[in-house]
Amino acid sequence: MDYFIKLLLSGTAKGSIYALIALGYTMVYGIVKLINFAHGEVYMIGGFTALIVGGFLSTLGMSIPVVLLFSILASIIYSSAFGFTIERLAYRPLRNKSRLSALISAIGISMILQNFIMLAQTEKYLPFPSYLPDLPFLQPVREYINSTQFIILITTSFIMIILTIIIKFTRIGKAMRATSQDKQMAQLVGVNINQVISVTFVIGSSLAAIGGVLICSYMGQINYYIGFVAGIKAFVAAVLGGIGSIPGAVLGSFILGWTESLGTGFISSDYEDAYAFIILILILILKPDGILGKNQKQKV
Amino acid sequence: MNRKNQKSELIASLVSTIWFVILLFPFLVMKVNVTGGKAVVIFRWSYLPVIAISIFVLSFLWRRALEWNQHRGDKTPVRTPLSGIRDFIITALRRKPIKLGVMALLLLIVLAYPYVLGMYHTNIMITALIYVMLALGLNIVVGLGGLLNLGYAAFFAVGAYTYGLLWKYAGPAFISAGIDTGWLFWIALPSAGVIAVIFGILLSLPVLRLRGDYLAIITLAFGEMFRMVLQNSGPVTGGATGISLIPRPWLFGIRLPPRQAATYIYYIAIILVIFTIFVVRRIEDSRVGRALEAMREDEVACEAMGVDLVRNKMATFALGAFWAGIAGVLLAAQTTYINPDSFTLWESIMVLMAIVIGGTGSIPGAIGGALILKLLPEYFRPLAQYRMLIYGIAMIIIIIFKPDGLIPRNRKRYTFVEKSASDSVPGVQK
Amino acid sequence: MSEIVAPILDIQNLSMVFGGLRAIDHVSLHIKSGEICALIGPNGAGKTTIFNCVTGVYKPTEGSIAIQHGEHPKEEIQGLKPNTINLKGLARTFQNIRLFSNMSVLENVMIGRHNSLKASIFNAILRDRATKEEEQRVIDESHDILKKMKLEMFINETARNLPYGAQRRLEIARALATDPFLLLLDEPVAGMNPNETKELEETINIIRDKEKVTILLIEHDMSLVMNVSERIYVLDYGRLIAEGTPMEIKANPEVIKAYLGE
Repeated sequence: MDYFIKLLLSGTAKGSIYALIALGYTMVYGIVKLINFAHGEVYMIGGFTALIVGGFLSTLGMSIPVVLLFSILASIIYSSAFGFTIERLAYRPLRNKSRLSALISAIGISMILQNFIMLAQTEKYLPFPSYLPDLPFLQPVREYINSTQFIILITTSFIMIILTIIIKFTRIGKAMRATSQDKQMAQLVGVNINQVISVTFVIGSSLAAIGGVLICSYMGQINYYIGFVAGIKAFVAAVLGGIGSIPGAVLGSFILGWTESLGTGFISSDYEDAYAFIILILILILKPDGILGKNQKQKV
Repeated sequence: MNRKNQKSELIASLVSTIWFVILLFPFLVMKVNVTGGKAVVIFRWSYLPVIAISIFVLSFLWRRALEWNQHRGDKTPVRTPLSGIRDFIITALRRKPIKLGVMALLLLIVLAYPYVLGMYHTNIMITALIYVMLALGLNIVVGLGGLLNLGYAAFFAVGAYTYGLLWKYAGPAFISAGIDTGWLFWIALPSAGVIAVIFGILLSLPVLRLRGDYLAIITLAFGEMFRMVLQNSGPVTGGATGISLIPRPWLFGIRLPPRQAATYIYYIAIILVIFTIFVVRRIEDSRVGRALEAMREDEVACEAMGVDLVRNKMATFALGAFWAGIAGVLLAAQTTYINPDSFTLWESIMVLMAIVIGGTGSIPGAIGGALILKLLPEYFRPLAQYRMLIYGIAMIIIIIFKPDGLIPRNRKRYTFVEKSASDSVPGVQK
Repeated sequence: MSEIVAPILDIQNLSMVFGGLRAIDHVSLHIKSGEICALIGPNGAGKTTIFNCVTGVYKPTEGSIAIQHGEHPKEEIQGLKPNTINLKGLARTFQNIRLFSNMSVLENVMIGRHNSLKASIFNAILRDRATKEEEQRVIDESHDILKKMKLEMFINETARNLPYGAQRRLEIARALATDPFLLLLDEPVAGMNPNETKELEETINIIRDKEKVTILLIEHDMSLVMNVSERIYVLDYGRLIAEGTPMEIKANPEVIKAYLGE
């Protein structure tokens, strides 16, 4: 039973990080109907920014909380800048072309970013310093949850609440919802589509950056390739919950996190990455609209 | 262009330069090194001016290119010396004797290749030819059928492992019976095709309802799953270490030294590629090929015209898989060693890139794309490590500016002889 | 065209529900052999949804759709796949033109003749004599159809480069190529100028008179509807509100109310 709870909690932590990345997929898909293949790379960029900026600041002799704060800030700023730039360069010129060309462009961006980081930085795994503080009050439950996991849970819940507020109540949130319903109609009533799309990429990328810092701290290492696997998994989570649906992405992420955690704990760890693919295949075959997705009848 | 315009262009380029310099600064100028658990950051200031100047130039060119791209449809094509040369070549090639002459010359070059250039180049060419087959096969799926398959490497693996496993399990029996193990290649070749087709049909069944990007993702998942299964079924497939010492093809019982063996495999590859081109061309220009294209263009209309989409999709996957299977056997015979690492997602993406760069749906495009992608890095060794970066950039540039690819498809034209004038008046005839 | 003849298309009690929305509500209508019949109604009345149910794009929630053609016994077709329904002799065009836009005009029509050919993949590869002859036959037949639709000058043109009116005619040509006995036209003159409309009106009559194809059309252009159709069904909010000859429909108060509001 202890073992089960432990697995469940680590699955929850994993799932909440997937959720941060999955939200980016689902928001972008909801608005431009594009699988942003490069989203995982944005998350990797976030991790690297934190590593580089953090490394630089600590050589200047700053204290750990300051380093943590600034590296997270830098990673959010850089990831969103990358997300914004990617959309402008690689997706916007293709907006009225077939969806496959945008997807191919996204694959291209993904290759470029991976190889860019590999060439400009390193191809080796780098240890990621642990900036996250050790929480003493978790001492009694240490066996079940460590402080990194705890911080991940708290941070993601907090971010989800903020995101929900932005989407439900702000002007730009309303514009985003309108655009995802009907792009043309939204344009007619005065929504600036380009701006909405850019904001969507920026928000999605910032979430991915936070996810990047958190998961790198959790795993303790970073590499130019981490974005790819995490990206695929987060995408699976988004599809599982119903792509385009924000609560769906969160739900799907938790289900995926638990499945992986319990699967590796009870079945076999050889196939750790395979669980995501199995879920993806099953969901796409049985219920392509996902758990919370709307059934979309195609127009003829 | 007037001066005011020039000035605003300049400012725009400057703004993007500043933007990109800030964006790339931590990654290009700073470099992180972790020594003894502490991250150390080195600054490479010398990179800064290089980055700034190249971005300035590139952003200027990029905006020009986008503008050109938008207005390109507006004016009629201008006759440039280059287009003149192209037209001249095209009309010359239409003439039968010239066409035959060019074909003969090409054949001669292809046949003489291994003798003129030696084994090293022959081996590179074999790899490239294997990719040509893969690209031609995937071109049926993506170019004609419009089904984006990102798990194509799995069929390639099916072919290679058919040969590998045949060798692993039937090889000893062949040896004890005194039969040359090189025969296994000739058994593996057709069976790999058949087995790959079976896999193709099996894969097509669950994904029939999906289209577009969902299809791409599910095939990606299937492809990666397949590789994981290969990797984790050690007792059967040799796991991550794979299968080695795969025999080279049999040739009238002659034991070929490696040099000649490569030449021999080269000729087999050439024959198979020619066979592929022949078959693929015929399929393209037939009832089956037309139906595949119609499916790519519009599934709803296609079905409304009486075309059975289910059968069509199965045929697409089966046809694509067949060539990947054959190419897989060839790969196993050339390298004599296979493991799951040769069949990753990036392999599928490489083949996809070959057809996107060459021209989706175009047979010469697929051939050209595969040759470029496989040969260029071999002959530009210093650039080899930038290969994937360059491919990624090339893919985006082509998809934005020249979606038809480098060698676009030339559609068949039909000519009719008018029987009589009255025929063309509707209602008059029968 | 007497009442004794059994209808070639008989729709009984057809309903189609999307989520909570009843797009079609217990509609019954029938088409007799050889007539030109129109289905009209304000936007969103469910006209195209009826077409989609008849041609198999949607599975109707309830009701039956039956066809009866020539010697064949009456059979129900609701819920069959679109290609099966096409094979039985129903062909359609689309409201928002759905041509195979990157294929040539001739190839578009050749797709329509897909099922009149038999060549398999192996025939295609071997290219035996029968296959070659069959291929030549389909080219000639498609050419003839294009001539009838006055499209022969565009034969090698890519479909998406055609002028708008020609694209609409090509859709009809492609549908005719499937040898239908009933042709369903979804807004065939939408976006056409008066001249083109007039021309298409003639074409529709020719298709019916010379090709012996029955026609059911959806159209907003009232002049065309009143000129060509013998009978009209009016749909509003998914329900059938009137049926009759053009003269009767013009005078029907319900119809006027549906179009002009209260």
